[in-house]
Amino acid sequence: MTEDSAVEINGLSHWFGIGHMRRKVLHSISMNIQPGEVVLLTGPSGCGKTTLLTLIGALRHIQEGDLVVLGNQLRNSSRKTRQRLRKQIGMIFQGHNLLRCLTAEQNVQMGADLLNGYSYRSRRDQAREWLREVGLSDQLHKLPNDLSGGQKQRVAIARALAARPKLLLADEPTAALDSVTGREIVSLLKRLALEQSCAVLMVTHDQRILDVADRLLKMEDGSIVPHD
Amino acid sequence: MRIRFIESRRIPLSWLLLTRQPLRLFVALAGICFAGILMFMQLGFRDGLFDASVTVHKSFDADLVLVSPRSMSSIAMSGFPRRRLIQSMAHDQVDGITPVNWNFLLWRNPKTLVTRSILALGFEPNDPLLINKDFNKKSQLLKIQGRVLFDTLSRKEFGPIEDWFLKGRSVETEVAGKRIRVAELVSLGPSFGADGNIITSRETFLKLLPSNPKGSIEIGLIRLKDNSDVNKVALSLTKSLPNDVTVLTLNDFIEFEKNYWKNSTSIGFIFTLGAAMGFVVGCVIVYQILYSDVSDHLPEYATLLAMGYKLKDLLAVVAREGLFLSILGYLPAYLTGQCLYALVRTSTKLPVAMNSERALLVFSLILFMCMASASLAMKRLVDADPAEIF
Repeated sequence: MTEDSAVEINGLSHWFGIGHMRRKVLHSISMNIQPGEVVLLTGPSGCGKTTLLTLIGALRHIQEGDLVVLGNQLRNSSRKTRQRLRKQIGMIFQGHNLLRCLTAEQNVQMGADLLNGYSYRSRRDQAREWLREVGLSDQLHKLPNDLSGGQKQRVAIARALAARPKLLLADEPTAALDSVTGREIVSLLKRLALEQSCAVLMVTHDQRILDVADRLLKMEDGSIVPHD
Repeated sequence: MRIRFIESRRIPLSWLLLTRQPLRLFVALAGICFAGILMFMQLGFRDGLFDASVTVHKSFDADLVLVSPRSMSSIAMSGFPRRRLIQSMAHDQVDGITPVNWNFLLWRNPKTLVTRSILALGFEPNDPLLINKDFNKKSQLLKIQGRVLFDTLSRKEFGPIEDWFLKGRSVETEVAGKRIRVAELVSLGPSFGADGNIITSRETFLKLLPSNPKGSIEIGLIRLKDNSDVNKVALSLTKSLPNDVTVLTLNDFIEFEKNYWKNSTSIGFIFTLGAAMGFVVGCVIVYQILYSDVSDHLPEYATLLAMGYKLKDLLAVVAREGLFLSILGYLPAYLTGQCLYALVRTSTKLPVAMNSERALLVFSLILFMCMASASLAMKRLVDADPAEIF
């Protein structure tokens, strides 16, 4: 059922380039993600994982096929619909992408500020609460440059969750981290997402974290292939 | 309403973007401040010079002024028959008249003996000339021939007259090659045309300038009875008098002089151009700063878009940066402007002062400069593609 699935994809194809340079990167992909489900997407570089992620994240136009995210049909969707939908999708990037001129607390509050109907003070308290959840309650007023890679990624997770998303998209969140930290971050992500009953789609190369997944998907040359 | 605003506010991103990059902020503010000071100085000089050209005009005790139609400005006054001024007495609204001679004479500095051109006014000491209250008492001293009143605000090249006079020394020197003595000091102010002023009786004036026809004067001051309509009387005098004189209200007379300097010289153009240069320089600096600021933070802006912020929110961030810059840059420019005006006043005696009109004009220009630069820098924001940051 459309209402029930967090993400529902049907025959989604995508091309890059124009004219004779045009190259198909996604070949009629179909898949579903249920609410609260943690799905890991693996595959070699350049197989279209990130493209799929940006399409689900309402960051690109749909060229062909159906893509319904949290009940919103994205094919021929308006700018407004996509912007509203993005508020409900948390995103965690490979390079954390924190705002350099904001402290950890302020960065997380940029996520909380997207919520309507809370006072400034309450949104700040929420930001602190999230930082406590990710174990950074003593680093509230540090700028990203003063934090370690793992700490930065924790702030990024707190920021994504502070907007109370129903779907979390993560693109290689452990790529810049050592194995122990990477493991910690992913477990944290999974625990917090489950508490919020938030679906997670994570793109990763990292073989060491595959066991956190409820379901494993593998992509090759723009198609989902059965996992072996 | 106020409470709601405070409650619904978000992280002040534009403020933090500016203040967490102190070097960039400093450069931006220095640029804006510089542009502001440049505009303040150029516009201040321009207005100051125009105001200075009418310091004497403004102090005349008159409602209407008769001048020759051939007079172009204070530095080129032509004579007209004094009879015309006396004829104006026939009008029932006219209360009194003062015929005035006006010419430039050579004043010899009593200390260095160097001569320099000074504006000399000649009038009948019993007639009112200036609005200044003390002046009528001082003018009685001119009844003795060869006495002058010296303007203490004249440039110092005329000699240490004030100094000597206040020390009780009798100050004698030559004007147009004839001996005169300073009877008293007055305070008028130099102008464009005249570096200094002296006032004397008509009798002395004609002694100093024997070539001047006795029945000819350069300006005729007319005082009207209370409650008379200045413009109406001016009109009826224009009709009744022959066309060898022009009737001006005092304000017209002041404007007539200012317009000469505005329109017949390049002064207005030069200083306005100077102010425009300041504006352009400011625009370039602010645009550079904001553009590179937006470029540097492009991935962060893209991240905000991906998080669900609207493009409008981000445009507002840049606009607010422009607004903050204009306010923060204006304040030091205003204060420095005040100081420099004071400096210019003491060193040149030009009546340059801050007025609210100019303060507002420069602020509007700075605001426009910052907002225009911000809106140009916003074009860069459109390049923030959230799909590119993965």
